[in-house]
Amino acid sequence: MPFPYKKMTEEDFEQIRQVTAPERVWVGDAIAKEYYHDEMPEYGVYPPELYVEAENKDEICAIMKYAYEQNIPVVVRGAGTGLAGGANCKYGGIMLSVMKMNKLIRLDKANMTITVQPGMLLTDVAAAAAAEGLFYPPDPGERTASIGGNVITNAGGMRAVRYGLTRDFVRCIEAVLPDGSLVQFSSNVVKNTTGYDVKDLVIGSEGTLCILTEVTLKLIPMPKYTRTLVLPFNSLEACIDMVPKLLQMSAVPTAIEFLERELIDIVERNLHKMLPVKEGEAVLIVMYDAGSEQELINACNAAAEGALEAGAIDVCIADTPERIGSVWSVRGAILEGMKAESIAQEECDVVVPRSRIADYVRIAKSIGQKYGIKVEPCGHAGDGNIHTEMLRMEGMSDEEWKKGTQACLTELYGVAKEFGGQLSGEHGIGNGRLEYLKPFVGDRMYKLYQSIKLAFDDKLILNPGKIISFEQ
Amino acid sequence: MKIIVCMKQVPASTKVDIDPETGNLKRAGQSARTNPYDLYALECALRIREQIGGTVTVITMGPAQAEEMIRDAYSMGADEGIILCDRKFAGSDVLATSYTLSQGIKLLGGADLIICGRQTTDGDTAQIGPAVAEHLHLPHCAWVSAIEEVDEKQITLRQDFGSVTQVSRMNYPCLVTVDKDICVPRLPSYRLLCRTKDKKVRFVTFEDLPKKDLSRYGAIGSPTSVERVFAPELAATNVYVEGTPEEKAVKVIQMLQDRKYI
Repeated sequence: MPFPYKKMTEEDFEQIRQVTAPERVWVGDAIAKEYYHDEMPEYGVYPPELYVEAENKDEICAIMKYAYEQNIPVVVRGAGTGLAGGANCKYGGIMLSVMKMNKLIRLDKANMTITVQPGMLLTDVAAAAAAEGLFYPPDPGERTASIGGNVITNAGGMRAVRYGLTRDFVRCIEAVLPDGSLVQFSSNVVKNTTGYDVKDLVIGSEGTLCILTEVTLKLIPMPKYTRTLVLPFNSLEACIDMVPKLLQMSAVPTAIEFLERELIDIVERNLHKMLPVKEGEAVLIVMYDAGSEQELINACNAAAEGALEAGAIDVCIADTPERIGSVWSVRGAILEGMKAESIAQEECDVVVPRSRIADYVRIAKSIGQKYGIKVEPCGHAGDGNIHTEMLRMEGMSDEEWKKGTQACLTELYGVAKEFGGQLSGEHGIGNGRLEYLKPFVGDRMYKLYQSIKLAFDDKLILNPGKIISFEQ
Repeated sequence: MKIIVCMKQVPASTKVDIDPETGNLKRAGQSARTNPYDLYALECALRIREQIGGTVTVITMGPAQAEEMIRDAYSMGADEGIILCDRKFAGSDVLATSYTLSQGIKLLGGADLIICGRQTTDGDTAQIGPAVAEHLHLPHCAWVSAIEEVDEKQITLRQDFGSVTQVSRMNYPCLVTVDKDICVPRLPSYRLLCRTKDKKVRFVTFEDLPKKDLSRYGAIGSPTSVERVFAPELAATNVYVEGTPEEKAVKVIQMLQDRKYI
């Protein structure tokens, strides 16, 4: 193994300045502290030795070629909105920002694709598509994330129920390998059985295998009509039991989210955002999109009839932008509400089969109680990705919080595994969940992961210490 | 307790707010919908009914397609809906519209409490509510941001006038116009939608109204003539302070001193 990495010298700094531009290179204390971590500083704060903003793929190739020769670790950073402690320089070295590579390269209407540089923001990609009447569906909530970050972490989001994940919309990728060579993973074709499907392997690889320099995404026609239903139930069980019934209907919902009353109260109490539905101990929020008004009404009526049969107290209809906004603004404010309610938070991002959501939620709460931690499960009922938030309340010592959350996480991951679920549904492993991966996937699978990493990055210089570890 | 809510169907637009740059409404297609401000009025009425009992009647002036809006109000919980619908009402300005509505309210035997939205998203005058009250010789409060107390005899309201907040108490009968964000309007209920699908909407014409003076209605009864519609010049401008943090701090202090804030 190539540890320890080379400590960067003035000569190294100068070399990077030469292959890029001096005004886009910062070293040592001149590097802004925000580049020490992503959106979860809890998962690691590490100063880079050098921070560089690349402007094109040639610069990235040159940086990687040099870093490879010199054995210098490189971490790529997009908008820094990751939630797994992925974009931090755990072993020092170079932090390479792609945010200056934010151009739209082409929007191809004939192929219904958009080709962009990795630093373009998700919101700008979606807007560019919308300007042509087209739709880029993945919406992980953080609209200011970079598209490169979305692809490299396989971002999910609530629309996954109908449209799928970021992976489902990636046609092809141009990337730089750790040794500086430029490669293409697939091309702008619908089918491809030419060799191994490496494209799908690098999507979600969290910057550990290659650096994206260009990505081509699939677009679909923009749905013209949308409506959101709120289904209040007297119990969480009845609420969750409704999910498979909705999924069995002929119209596929775009999103199915669930909220318990306790969580709604937290948002209302702390942020004064009121859900326009007062009934129910738990609610399902269901979104439908359609190409025609009649199709939309038919889908909503079928869902409403099904919900009433299944014991819903009522079905509340959000059919205008304000009404839809009043519902989703409460859903969107959950994290903020929980931050206001508590003094610290830890999150578990497990995904379980849809049939086990209610069991998981009930057990998660009891696990929290056992360790004196307030646990608030919420989120994507439609795909089983339950964001299980742990809240640190007043009066809890650092030691109690740390021990309690670790014990909770270990048990929650155990439950997810027992139910046939996975450790992370959409936030990834990064540095934050590193220690939990090996016990979860087992030794043989972990070895396979290590082999994959080595096949791409034999010197382990690209985002080292993330997803998998080679340290014993 | 008899509550009447004045509502209007407006062109569907994406937001309550007006585009500050162009002064235009952002219109989304040709479809119509309930004036968003009026949903706050309806919600206030429904909450008062829940608290002290009574009925909530929705009244509107408009074409027959306004029935769609009344049905939406039924699915939120309104008890009755009336549409003042007649070609003679076409072309009404604030004066004629408010007079027609006041006649409709008189036809209904008046009300203890009349609630309107502050303004519509198409006309934007914010004058209809107070004008209706004047025609009916009722006390009124406009721009109400909160209903502080309500009982069978009186209502206590808070009005925000920018730098001044006023709390007023009025005995019934009276009229209030409520601001947006006074509450979050409930969503239409599918149960109520099904239950009210055959419920009647009452259509009222010129012939039904108590006063049949044609000079008070429609275009003939409207002295207003619109000369020009334009966006007002922006009174506020952005100033960008450039430099290092220290330089910027000095500049900001200087700017505040120049304006005598510090």
